[in-house]
Amino acid sequence: MSVTQAIEALRRELGENNVITATEDLFCYSYDATADLPEQKPDVVVTPENVDQVVKVVKIARQFRLPIYPRGSGTNLSGGTVPIKGGIVLSTLKMNRILEIDPSNLTATVQPGVIIQDLNNAVAPYGLIYPPDPGTVNTATMGGSVAECSGGLRGLKYGVTRHYVMGLEVVLADGEVIRYGGKTVKNVTGYDLVRLFTGSEGTLGIITEIIVRLIPAPQARETMLAGFSRLADAGNAVADIIGQKVIPATLEIMDRVTVETVENFAHVGLPTGVAAILLIEVDGIPEVVKSEAAAVRQVIAKNGGWVKTAENDEEREKLWSARRAALPALAQRKPTTILEDATVPRSKITDMLLAVEDIGRRYNLVIGTFGHAGDGNLHPTILADARNEEEMERVRQAVEEIFRAALNLGGTLSGEHGIGIAKKQFLPWEMGNSGVQVLKKIKQALDPDNLLNPGKIVDLT
Amino acid sequence: MSIFDGLAAVEEEILKCMKCGNCQAVCPLYQESRREPAVARGKIRLAAAVLEGKLEPTAGLAECFALCLTCLACVASCPSGVKVDRIILAARTALTQRKGLPFIKKTVFTGLSRPRLFDLGVKTAARIQGLLFKHIEPGKMQPRFPIGLELRRILPPLAPVPFRGQVAEKHTVERPVATVAFFTGCMTNYLYPGIGQATLRVLKAHGVDVIIPRLQHCCGAPILYSGAADLALEMARSHVDLFSSIQADAIITVCGTCGEAFKHLYPELLDGVSGHGDRAREVAAKILDITQFLHKLPFDPKLFKALELAVTYHQPCHLGRGLGVVQEPLSIIRSIPGVNYLPLKEPARCCGNAGSFSLTHYDLSYQILTRKLKDIEGTGAQLVVTGCPACRMHLTDGLTQQQMPQKVVHTVELLARSLDEE
Repeated sequence: MSVTQAIEALRRELGENNVITATEDLFCYSYDATADLPEQKPDVVVTPENVDQVVKVVKIARQFRLPIYPRGSGTNLSGGTVPIKGGIVLSTLKMNRILEIDPSNLTATVQPGVIIQDLNNAVAPYGLIYPPDPGTVNTATMGGSVAECSGGLRGLKYGVTRHYVMGLEVVLADGEVIRYGGKTVKNVTGYDLVRLFTGSEGTLGIITEIIVRLIPAPQARETMLAGFSRLADAGNAVADIIGQKVIPATLEIMDRVTVETVENFAHVGLPTGVAAILLIEVDGIPEVVKSEAAAVRQVIAKNGGWVKTAENDEEREKLWSARRAALPALAQRKPTTILEDATVPRSKITDMLLAVEDIGRRYNLVIGTFGHAGDGNLHPTILADARNEEEMERVRQAVEEIFRAALNLGGTLSGEHGIGIAKKQFLPWEMGNSGVQVLKKIKQALDPDNLLNPGKIVDLT
Repeated sequence: MSIFDGLAAVEEEILKCMKCGNCQAVCPLYQESRREPAVARGKIRLAAAVLEGKLEPTAGLAECFALCLTCLACVASCPSGVKVDRIILAARTALTQRKGLPFIKKTVFTGLSRPRLFDLGVKTAARIQGLLFKHIEPGKMQPRFPIGLELRRILPPLAPVPFRGQVAEKHTVERPVATVAFFTGCMTNYLYPGIGQATLRVLKAHGVDVIIPRLQHCCGAPILYSGAADLALEMARSHVDLFSSIQADAIITVCGTCGEAFKHLYPELLDGVSGHGDRAREVAAKILDITQFLHKLPFDPKLFKALELAVTYHQPCHLGRGLGVVQEPLSIIRSIPGVNYLPLKEPARCCGNAGSFSLTHYDLSYQILTRKLKDIEGTGAQLVVTGCPACRMHLTDGLTQQQMPQKVVHTVELLARSLDEE
């Protein structure tokens, strides 16, 4: 009854076109990109067009005690947008305007529904880039990537989304609108609420406007492919490159399973018979790029690897297409792809690679490991079949072991995908019960009725 | 089991979807609506829900599956390699089997499946079309009354005499280099006989014998894409009978969708149908788009005269992604002396026509077209070349409504034009 009334109220305030209730539509909002999670249809999907309408949704949700799940493109990988308790999915996709590009302050102000690549295309004519570069850059929204604090291929040198968010407008659970941060490079007024809301996964407020930092596009770059006959050599080369105080923009690894699968499916000309390859790109001022590339080549040789340098844009593009083919190729091998996100300090990358290899062997699972080796963020990808319950049980155990291994090496549960539903059970392993209590207190303070994306990161009960 | 036997046949495809959402970046319909059921990932979830018995085949569900251009953009970009088009076709077939076709579609399709009756109907319509449509300029007319068509829509008139009525069945040349059978398709036969004439002229100029079988009719693709597999199967069977009885080196099509029907859909429809499966595959193996065929011939530049034209090329979805014909039309266009080829930014993006989609969802279809028109405008081309009569109709509609000066021709017409000027 109250749901029906809430939907009526939503229609009244947002208009017929912004309220979706057909069963068929609701099915399509019952999941996100995360594998092996429960699905749940929302009661209604709303598509507000401005912050006032977001406020109205929040107020109606309060009145009828319905949960709200903010949602961008739903490409997230930890269950963050699954409407696990029913209620209202709030799609930000109609709030998709780039409000300002400010080249003199190197900032851009956007609405949450802007696609990341669209922002990059819009700032390119100014010689600027927005560095966070998740794999889903062509589909993911700015709002979603700020809420999840996503990372990507350039994390090693350029950091993750958090390092580029300067200001936010947020609608709180009580319907109040707050604005924090701004265009100033320095800002130490009060607690750092911009950072608090960045990566809050929609549990503390609904982001309605974002000011981000832009940086000058690098003048030059050099891209290299290195091959190794031992996995440990590849891992050690990663640590040594950083040890040489060279910070590549991108330093990616693909293990034997990944390389063989990519070559088998995509035929991009990768070397077979290697234990692992590294893809390395250094960028910046031409002279620096030159000397850094030379240092990288030396490190690779010292670790028993061989190296091939892209001579032109075409060759460079070919190398990156190999990297981009990693997940696609793995995904074509078996129907269910469990992509993990365990991250370790970069000096421990070899230990983590070997640990994952060992876990795959012990649980008799095919695991292809690729990822952002340079920043310690690996994506061990388990290939399975969701219909095989016995296999899925082994997968779940292997996932647990991967997290344990990462934490034992001083790592973290998530480098870039967030906690969501998928990893909240492991949270005490990383931050202890008292750490989890602090998260709960923050949640309690900002959303005491547990209406904003309930069931994600922490439970309030 | 084929995709026309229901959703169970595509269960593996459905399971392959990892819900990553990459299809959002390329789906023209999603980009207009920004709603999940419009994109492949959403529809795949719906198909799964039907299989799981969680969703009944309601009108709302049929509408979700109707919202697909079958432009194959998602298929081309899917990381997991999900053949989304197969899921859509299987779902539409299953829904049609349960719910039946809407009355108008049923009437038209039944007509299409009876070639002689259809031919007579079209001829009659050609005589009386002036009552229903006003001619606004040569080759363009607009409905006078709301007769199930958008009133603002610009359409080509029905040919007073269809192409196959204009020409003989057999055309021979001295010392032929090859013999081809020409499948004209309905749009060329009834609306754009010029495409048929151009094809014939270009083939003959290159020393090719051409057979234009009298008994051919609609390829069945529009019917199949609406989910009426049983009707389409009969049409596939009659065409396989007809074309397998003709001694030809190749079967030429001038429309990607017709080509797709022969190449991919007939073998699947007729797989396991007494004696027809193998013949359908033999016929499919001979299918070539006109540009593929011409591209293989030794081109004689002396045959062509300079045209001095700035042209751009729109790649039809079923020709490019469906049949893999991407480079051949471009290389033909570039080989015509004097032609300045100015590429579109997104040559392979769907124009929005998508067969009967533009009849049932004209507003959405026109929104998608609008992007294409902007792209065309940006090139500075005087002429738009494409390889599909349906795309040509849709592009002409938009260009006329936006009062843009560009005309649209089929690739083979551009080629014939440079022959004409001899």
